[in-house]
Amino acid sequence: MKKAVRLFALFALFVLLVSACGSAGPAQMGTFRVAVVMPSAINDLAFSQSMYDALLRVQAEMGGPEKFEIVYSENMFVVDDAAAAIRDYATQGFDLVIAHGSQYGSSLQEIAPDFPETSFAWGTTLDTFGQPNIFAYEAAADEGGYVNGVLAASMTTSKVIGVVGPIETGDAKLYVDGFKAGVLATNPDITVNVNYIGSFSDVALAAEAANTHISAGADVLTGTAQMVVGAIGKAEEANALWFGTQSNQTSLAPKIVVASQVYHWEVVLNEMLDLIKGGTLGGKSFAINLANGGEVIEYNPAYTVPAEAQALAEEAIKGIKDGSIDPMK
Amino acid sequence: MISELFSVTVLIGILASGIRLATPYLYAAIGETFGQRSGVLNLGVEGQMLLGAFAAFYVSYTTGNLWLAVLVAMLVGALMGLAMAFVTVNLQAQQGISGIGFYLFGLGASDLLFQKLVGTIKIADSFPKIHIPFLSDIPLLGEILFSHHILAYIAFLLVPVAWFVLNKTTLGLKIHAAGENPEAADSLGVSVAGVRYFTIVLGGILSGVAGASLSIAQSNVFQQGMTSGIGFIAVALVYFGGWRPWGVLGGALLFSMVNSLQLWIQVLGVPIPSDIAVMMPYVLTILVLVLTVSRVRGPSALTKPFERED
Repeated sequence: MKKAVRLFALFALFVLLVSACGSAGPAQMGTFRVAVVMPSAINDLAFSQSMYDALLRVQAEMGGPEKFEIVYSENMFVVDDAAAAIRDYATQGFDLVIAHGSQYGSSLQEIAPDFPETSFAWGTTLDTFGQPNIFAYEAAADEGGYVNGVLAASMTTSKVIGVVGPIETGDAKLYVDGFKAGVLATNPDITVNVNYIGSFSDVALAAEAANTHISAGADVLTGTAQMVVGAIGKAEEANALWFGTQSNQTSLAPKIVVASQVYHWEVVLNEMLDLIKGGTLGGKSFAINLANGGEVIEYNPAYTVPAEAQALAEEAIKGIKDGSIDPMK
Repeated sequence: MISELFSVTVLIGILASGIRLATPYLYAAIGETFGQRSGVLNLGVEGQMLLGAFAAFYVSYTTGNLWLAVLVAMLVGALMGLAMAFVTVNLQAQQGISGIGFYLFGLGASDLLFQKLVGTIKIADSFPKIHIPFLSDIPLLGEILFSHHILAYIAFLLVPVAWFVLNKTTLGLKIHAAGENPEAADSLGVSVAGVRYFTIVLGGILSGVAGASLSIAQSNVFQQGMTSGIGFIAVALVYFGGWRPWGVLGGALLFSMVNSLQLWIQVLGVPIPSDIAVMMPYVLTILVLVLTVSRVRGPSALTKPFERED
């Protein structure tokens, strides 16, 4: 009897593993090999996808999988599992191992010294732990958030805007704070309501959070992290506008998505690759932002943004780029 | 700010969202009540919900037929229930451990199917809010009670039905006997295995609907791990409700109301850190469980496999 249970548990584990791992191809001479560990799926239309898409763009530039091999572990929401994956990849001799999630930091701090020949990258943060083989990267999410906020403020008629966030920290907090600043700088009379739902995966609660904002009078919504896909549906039902971040979210609701802040991590990836090829394996931190092209505001081509709103947004982008606007002030 | 919390709009908002949020908990916890009353603890609810959520989403996405989607979710739940029944009744496996196994299976399998069949996040059709003539137009009450999707109404109707079946029918008596004293039930000619098969499969079916209510009613998408603990909270709600459908209803409503209250507290800018606010429903559940744990005795044969002595 116990054997049957054990067999079943093994089977369940096997299915889980099959679903959680990408395929690892054989190493070839002259191939740069990158492994990435991510907390959600590579196609979450948010945080993890932003990195995966960037890796694919780098791969295309470098000349395909023969020159640039990408291996990934997705849905690594259990930090211990992620740590095991990071160690495995390092053991297998990958040239660069990316820990794409601030929660993986302390694991990386322990693992990196054991593999001095391997380069690691950790985001989103600016902390390399002072180690010579860790790169750190983050997104100035507040910059695009600010621009989204400027657009939102010039398009709301009810003067109430709702924001759905996951947990009040890191990239999410940066985006939300930047968005609020952008709204209030454009029109201080607007109310910005924020709720953090305490989860990155609870799609239904995110949907209910959007309902709450709509009941409170919001006609423009935004949100960050992968569970907001639930909120976008409710915004569409209520015909409220939506502003996206991390990835381009237009496909989820082409009628109501106005614009998305899209991360182009390839800007920092390329810098890291150049350094690694030159023999520097870490010790530097990078940020993508509007000025270096790592953050781009992508409009929904099917939605006509009023000319004045767009002009204000362009002005904000210019101001942030030249430093005359500080989104966090 | 605090005074705004008691305005009519906010009160309506809290109560209406509380009712919507309670829907998946009700399906899952009522199903679990049947299983536990017959002596089987099913910790695999979360996995059954995930597969149900995916099945419903996929059928809705490909066919646009919402009722077919619910039906398929029920079927998938039933199959999961059947497997669980085989493992716990025939193989007499330790229920807690095998339940966790089923959870992991559901988590992995739903993710795998999603990756292979859909690939990325897509939007599917979902059940709309129903406007009931007259009832929905009653001021206040109409908005609180009669502004929901059909699966929410069915969830609430399920409570009296479950109460009736468990307390007023021969089937209910058999379930009770299988959970309290399976040896005696068996000597009186009740098929304990048959009863447990029935309750576990029923639990699976209801968990399937619970999942469907998340992916094609509360929202219109499927995402990996989207149940995020609802199935486990549902198991806790069965204890919370003292193995009685009305108690489960009370627990589900309390939990969901506090959850919707915390969403509003943040929207109104009440100065409580968001981390504390999101903890409220969970802390409350633990508190109530601790305070009421000795109040009602659970089924005596809960988690105990039954073997006929021939």
